[in-house]
Amino acid sequence: MIEIPGDLKFLKSHEWVRVEDDGSVTVGISDHAQSLLGDLVYVELPAVGDEVQAGNASAVVESVKAASDVYAPVSGKVTSVNEALNDKPETINEDAYGEGWIYVVKPSNLAEESEELLDPDAYAELIEEDE
Amino acid sequence: MTQCTVLNATHRALGAKMVDFGGWDMPLNYGSQIEEHHAVRRDAGMFDVSHMTVVDLRGPRTREFLRYLIANDIDKLKRSGKALYTCMLNEHGGVIDDLIVYFLDEAFFRVVVNAATRDKDMAWIEKQAAAFDVKVTERADLAMIAVQGPNARGNVHTLLSAATREKVEKLGKFSAAEGDGLFIARTGYTGEDGYEIILPQSKAVSLWNSLIAAGVAPAGLGARDTLRLEAGMNLYGQDMDETITPWEAGLAWTIALNEGRDFIGRNALERRHAEGVARVMIGLVLEDKGVLRHGQRVVTAHGDGEILSGTFSPTLGKSIAFARVPAGVVGDVSVDIRGKLVPVRVAKYPFVRDGKSQIDAT
Repeated sequence: MIEIPGDLKFLKSHEWVRVEDDGSVTVGISDHAQSLLGDLVYVELPAVGDEVQAGNASAVVESVKAASDVYAPVSGKVTSVNEALNDKPETINEDAYGEGWIYVVKPSNLAEESEELLDPDAYAELIEEDE
Repeated sequence: MTQCTVLNATHRALGAKMVDFGGWDMPLNYGSQIEEHHAVRRDAGMFDVSHMTVVDLRGPRTREFLRYLIANDIDKLKRSGKALYTCMLNEHGGVIDDLIVYFLDEAFFRVVVNAATRDKDMAWIEKQAAAFDVKVTERADLAMIAVQGPNARGNVHTLLSAATREKVEKLGKFSAAEGDGLFIARTGYTGEDGYEIILPQSKAVSLWNSLIAAGVAPAGLGARDTLRLEAGMNLYGQDMDETITPWEAGLAWTIALNEGRDFIGRNALERRHAEGVARVMIGLVLEDKGVLRHGQRVVTAHGDGEILSGTFSPTLGKSIAFARVPAGVVGDVSVDIRGKLVPVRVAKYPFVRDGKSQIDAT
């Protein structure tokens, strides 16, 4: 298991967010999630301009084993998506917290919604219970 | 209770992700099942298949017994070492299991059946064997390693004595020979050339490690499933079961209706055939994004069907599947994938054979 970067926050359903310096929020899935899914073969990205709602499905990751919704950790407007995943979905397997990011949103209700998110220690504890 | 093969600790030491498979604790992958898949298609990979059940049948009337027990014709096996793929049917023509039979001598045949069906298979075989005085012995003392891929045979040859090597190099496909304490069959479940090696448990870890040293990549059940589906091979429990006849499972080629042979299920099979088989198995290829999976609904002009085995094909880079649909379906169909109807192409299978795509590019 690789180290969880300290600047991330998590949903219980294994999505991560990182608040960037410009106030935008990057979203991906955790290293633990990619390891449960196995080799990823497709990623269904949202479109730039889509409004995503916290707690709703915002993308789909599909592995050899299963298709899985990616729930939006925070609400907002999608400002960019990781097009590279269309050709190389396995990037998420290789670097879930870096090159394997999925999309970026301009958050609309960050202060309130981020209170619901887990910090790295709480998330690490959660996945330990999982195992 | 979960059972372990003799290679269990070896898999764990290699970092395998383990899963329960038919009551056995087996490796799903050793990291990436897609890389393991490619290793088998392009070079050589190996699988621990010791969970499968090896059963020895002995007695002077064994051939006569097998004429009655299985749907394929045991009399196709004329030379010692030859193997036959067949279904074993119930009285209704439903498939109890699919298996391979090896002919060793007139008083000794060896059968390999699936792991998940072990108990019912043993009970059925023993029940039917009694009338023929055939002795049925499960060989739980044996392990089995499948070495598959274009370089698999060459890699195995380097580990054999000169005498055994000479014998094994000459083996035709679907034939077996013994030597160096190994039972070596040129069979497999991947669509590649290679061997399935049955050997005493005590020798399995050392053979496995020698094969790794020879350059053979360990591969798990994940890759085994994508390889066999690309190769157009059925999986018991998913593509057929006791409610399905071979007619409906793409296995008509394994039924031998030779004259005068009474085998279990024959009457039912002939009746079903005369009535007309209502459902058939077809191959599907999804050209768009997404993965066809077991249980998804297939929509056709003749009514609905369902996906049996479905997966992502690493060799083709797209999803493939077997589906059971109403007979007479022509043209393309749609599949309900997570609530969306997606058009899917009907394709002949095998989808891949000897490393190469068999489906037309579109």
